[in-house]
Amino acid sequence: MDKRKFTSFSGDGMPGFEGLPPVGSPITEADLHAYVDDQLTSARRVEVANYLEARPDERERVDDWQQQNHMLAALLDPVLKEPLPLRLPLKREATPMRWRAVAASLAIAVVSASSAWWARGSMDGEAARLAFAQSPAAFTGNATDLSGFAHRAAVAHVVYSPDLRRPVEVGADQEQALVTWLTKRMGTTVKPPLLQSVGYELIGGRLLPGDKGPVAQFMYAAGGGERLTLYVTHEIAGQDTAFHFGHDGPVNVFYWVDKNLGYALSAGVDRAELLRVSQAVYQQLTPR
Amino acid sequence: MRPQDEADIVACIPSLRRYARGLAADRDRADDLVQDTLERVWARHSMWQKRGELRAWMFGIMHNHFVDGLRAQRSRPEDAAGDELPERPDRATQTDRLEVRDLDRVLQQLPPDQREVLLLVGVEELSYQDVASVIGVPIGTVMSRLSRARERLRTELQGRSTAALAARNKIQRVK
Repeated sequence: MDKRKFTSFSGDGMPGFEGLPPVGSPITEADLHAYVDDQLTSARRVEVANYLEARPDERERVDDWQQQNHMLAALLDPVLKEPLPLRLPLKREATPMRWRAVAASLAIAVVSASSAWWARGSMDGEAARLAFAQSPAAFTGNATDLSGFAHRAAVAHVVYSPDLRRPVEVGADQEQALVTWLTKRMGTTVKPPLLQSVGYELIGGRLLPGDKGPVAQFMYAAGGGERLTLYVTHEIAGQDTAFHFGHDGPVNVFYWVDKNLGYALSAGVDRAELLRVSQAVYQQLTPR
Repeated sequence: MRPQDEADIVACIPSLRRYARGLAADRDRADDLVQDTLERVWARHSMWQKRGELRAWMFGIMHNHFVDGLRAQRSRPEDAAGDELPERPDRATQTDRLEVRDLDRVLQQLPPDQREVLLLVGVEELSYQDVASVIGVPIGTVMSRLSRARERLRTELQGRSTAALAARNKIQRVK
């Protein structure tokens, strides 16, 4: 395979990478790396070559780096020639059953176990959707201080989301075990919604004490490292379904009640971003 | 999904495997990483809006799996005990066997974030900008990780290269 065709800046006359000093400015260490990796414009390349001409120490460093690239290639290139192992899926058809099953089960991310609950859930879902559409005040009005489960959600977010070593009890790699466990402890089917489409990957989840019993917390992370938690409780029977926005210090929270379950989405991101993710969560909770 | 898109993805697999082997050293673990990545790639292909390069997008997915794996390892240290020694990839030539083994060892001793950058730049030949988007950090962070990785490698391999250099110079002088 021709690796070269993948590099963005390899030809003459192409711009150097963003942030690299322009032609004529002093040579930086970044220039030396870019010289080794062939990521300079041709004009800058000449400047760096001239610079190295007069500085044997720097020249030696650059040569060593070049040598490292060659050695790494020698170490790893043989992998390119190996036959592909059988277990690697080579086309989309290898996974559709699983994918459909996941999509179907997550169309409603959280459902209660019996059909009576289901019917009631649909009605609540409709009410919540109307609330979502008809209560712009929830998004444009002043943020309220948090109380009840939304407050507990914000506190749980603050406690667990900065934890680097053990942010969750059960990781996303054991998602099925997580679902089984939380479902058993909560007494109702609880599954984490898929938020990859809005840029967040599931890290995992944990069980927490709520006001009177267990609640579930799922944690997600964005590529940039920002974490977001979804708190799910069924301690809120009979409350309204409107969407509310509030904050607790730096933590913003969207919360609502749907199908007899309360949800609170907490993160350090701004309101618009949190609303975007809340809508994705909500859409997965709504039967179509 | 167009057959061409499918072919493009499959064409990237050898490169994904090479990168994974550099990250994980052990062949099975590396292919676990590739397998997880491909499953996600096939499922999410429709979300790749053809913004930027396909291979970089796939590396980004692998990066997420790699980081999740490290996190899981850290939170379950007992899993790491009793690991087998990492397999060494087969070598093409005899002469540089020792050098390459040293390199493999030193590579695996680099902090994972530096190892990623060194491999994406030095072996996969991604642009610095693409590397920044693959691992989700600013380009300045890419440069400083690259610099630290290369200096560390230099220091670790110094003894051997100085000896080799000295030997070469001696031969030249004798001539």
